[in-house]
Amino acid sequence: MNCCCQYKSREEIFSQDNIDLGLIKAVLEKYRGDKGNLITVLQEAQEVYGYLPLSVLKHIADVFELKPAQVYGVATFYTQFRLTPVGKYLILLCQGTACHVNGSERIETVLLEELKIKPGETTADGLFTLSNVACLGCCSLAPVMMINGQAYGPLTTDRAVKIIKDLKAREISEGGEPA
Amino acid sequence: MKLRIGLGSCGLAAGAQTVKDSLEAELLNQGIDIKVQPAGCVGMCHHEPLLDIIDDNGQIFTYGHIDEKNIKEIIEEHIVAGRPVEKHLVHSSRQPNDFLNGQLKIALRNCGIINPEVISDYMEQGGYKALEKALKQSPKDIIEEIKRSGLRGRGGAGFPTWFKWEAARNNPGEVKYVICNADEGDPGAFMDRSLLESDPHSILEGMAIAAYAIGASQGIIYCRAEYPLAIKRLETAINQAREKGLLGENIFNHNFSFDIRIKKGAGAFVCGEETALIASLEGERGMPRLKPPFPAESGYWGRPSNINNVETLANVPWIIANGGEAFAAHGSEKSKGTKVFALAGKIKNGGLIEVPMGLSLKEIIYQIGGGIKADRAFKAVQLGGPSGGCIPASLLDISVDYESITSTGAIMGSGGMVVMDDTTCMVDVARFFLDFTCKESCGKCVQCRIGTKRMLEILERICDGKGRAGDIELLEEIGQKVKEGSLCGLGQSAPNPVLTTIKYFRDEYEAHINDKTCPAKYCKALIEYRIDPEKCKGCNLCAKKCPVNCISGEKKQPYIIDQQRCIKCGNCLEVCPTKFSAVILEGGGGEA
Ligand SMILES: Cc1cc2nc3c(=O)[nH]c(=O)nc-3n(C[C@H](O)[C@H](O)[C@H](O)COP(=O)(O)O)c2cc1C
Ligand code: FES
Repeated sequence: MNCCCQYKSREEIFSQDNIDLGLIKAVLEKYRGDKGNLITVLQEAQEVYGYLPLSVLKHIADVFELKPAQVYGVATFYTQFRLTPVGKYLILLCQGTACHVNGSERIETVLLEELKIKPGETTADGLFTLSNVACLGCCSLAPVMMINGQAYGPLTTDRAVKIIKDLKAREISEGGEPA
Repeated sequence: MKLRIGLGSCGLAAGAQTVKDSLEAELLNQGIDIKVQPAGCVGMCHHEPLLDIIDDNGQIFTYGHIDEKNIKEIIEEHIVAGRPVEKHLVHSSRQPNDFLNGQLKIALRNCGIINPEVISDYMEQGGYKALEKALKQSPKDIIEEIKRSGLRGRGGAGFPTWFKWEAARNNPGEVKYVICNADEGDPGAFMDRSLLESDPHSILEGMAIAAYAIGASQGIIYCRAEYPLAIKRLETAINQAREKGLLGENIFNHNFSFDIRIKKGAGAFVCGEETALIASLEGERGMPRLKPPFPAESGYWGRPSNINNVETLANVPWIIANGGEAFAAHGSEKSKGTKVFALAGKIKNGGLIEVPMGLSLKEIIYQIGGGIKADRAFKAVQLGGPSGGCIPASLLDISVDYESITSTGAIMGSGGMVVMDDTTCMVDVARFFLDFTCKESCGKCVQCRIGTKRMLEILERICDGKGRAGDIELLEEIGQKVKEGSLCGLGQSAPNPVLTTIKYFRDEYEAHINDKTCPAKYCKALIEYRIDPEKCKGCNLCAKKCPVNCISGEKKQPYIIDQQRCIKCGNCLEVCPTKFSAVILEGGGGEA
């Protein structure tokens, strides 16, 4: 097992990224003083940055007068929170029971092959992150995936790959700057 | 004439918004002045997107699978010429389909009928009348009424609702809370989502009645963040109720004040457990706490709190409006009323249903659910999600009520019903659930944290063809220990999927371990895709569809799959034309 601090000092780890902490000033103002709001604050901070940079966690801890470890502990307990940036398209592939029974593993196999990544990773061009989730609540359309809030189902291996290819093609034709 | 389109999450995923847009454009185009009403979900998810046409006599015609193409035909034939288009109809008042016919809707009474974003729609159906009626009675009378109804918690455990309310009422405290558990963690279930999206006011009204009964002034809905539409509609509903004075100070000019706020969960299954939910509400890691003290005594911030499931609360206004006896008239001796189930998996008519307790599993799966997809053989039905178990074909006649389901080793659970056929491997299903509970274990109890991990490792090696003699017994032994040594329901029930599959499908485990075969031909390590050289005509389809290019051959000559590189995705089997059927799946043992 690796030690998460990799022998750096706490100050070093929690301040290594170049992040504008001012972006969440309003959020902190709104909720400060009640530590029961910690999860809400983390959710809103994640909406601002797309993920939760360590320096933001440290900052929230300071404002809420909590230990950084406590905030880190909460941020790592819940699967919604991400400590690393995600791609432009976040693919949530459902691995709930209904989707599993209807072949979601096969969909995963071909998607990972198409994207050349492992679950949870982001493609080298920064376009796609694939994340396995448990049930998107559209079980009758199983197997299902959701890309940036849009649900797709029922999927076949073919259809899933086509959806990704279409998005890629769109990025290229629009000359979209990879995120 | 009225038009109604289902805009629940499932409808939207199936494209209902686009259909609504093009329907409206087409109506405008033809100069027809009828508004298209958005509604929630009627439960026929397998036919989404759905369009209801309600004629002036109140007759309902439901069209399924509507898209931009058939919408024109429906407008011209039905809306303009008044001739229903039979071939697209999935249900009508004249010819009710079996799916809706076998149901009895109490909790889902308004779902798919009203516009969930308009409070007057809810009030026209008698909404908030129950709250008004309740406020004219004493809290004690309300609790008595709920007791008469026999209502038990729909969140899984089936605890009598009146008992919890009375305990929260009797515990002294200036401030008390009513909490609605909308965390719906069972992967494969969507009852609560549908209710929240389709009829949010019924939950608010149920909470207000509960608050009056126990003496609470504040309500919190803990909703999972994966349900953005439900959260949005709840917010709208809360604002509308406040504007109408149905939430806030002195409701119905009565000395009763109550308000509700929403807290979003952050994706942790264990937070559905009530004490973990409270920890999460307090901004902490969602770790369960020791009971007693129960939340009714010391809950949110140490104050008396009552936690109920979404569906439990949706029943409450109906019970107050119609009386406890009316509710108790349905169902079986110890399980009164109805239960909502989310039918999914290998079922023809997947969707949301509400049936009286005491129906048999067979009636639910075959009459309402229409049987198994592609008419394959039924193998098992999973109830209760990660805390539940798999019930085999031999027990299909069992009555669906709390006691009977528990006697099988499964649990009633919150209402997820995932149907499995002969292509589902039961060892893999057990592995799947253990993988889930192992990841979701909060880590507090050693038995749960490490025991589920060890069980998962054993299941993984069995699926991998590396099972050893004694593995089944070892699973049973660890399973028993995990059940005994865990603090909360997650650990206490995590072994259930394993223990029930061993109980009913031991032969499948033995086939994996002793013969290294997977009878359902599912487990990747134990199967092989091959091309029969006699049958292959070299059409090249499979090679084109292979994501790893491991199929090669000359056109018009038999192709070959490179077993070393094959990732077993099954694409080749799928695309091989039925007239050739040259790709064979091997590994079931016995037959080739
Ligand atoms: C691991 C675990 C997960 C649970 N998840 C949920 C859930 O998602 N929704 C729910 O209503 N109850 C859930 N429960 C049950 C709750 O602890 C609690 O019993 C229920 O919310 C009480 O409401 P009821 O009496 O109306 O059923 C869960 C329990 C456990 C042990
Ligand atoms: S199991 Fe995949 S959406 Fe529910």
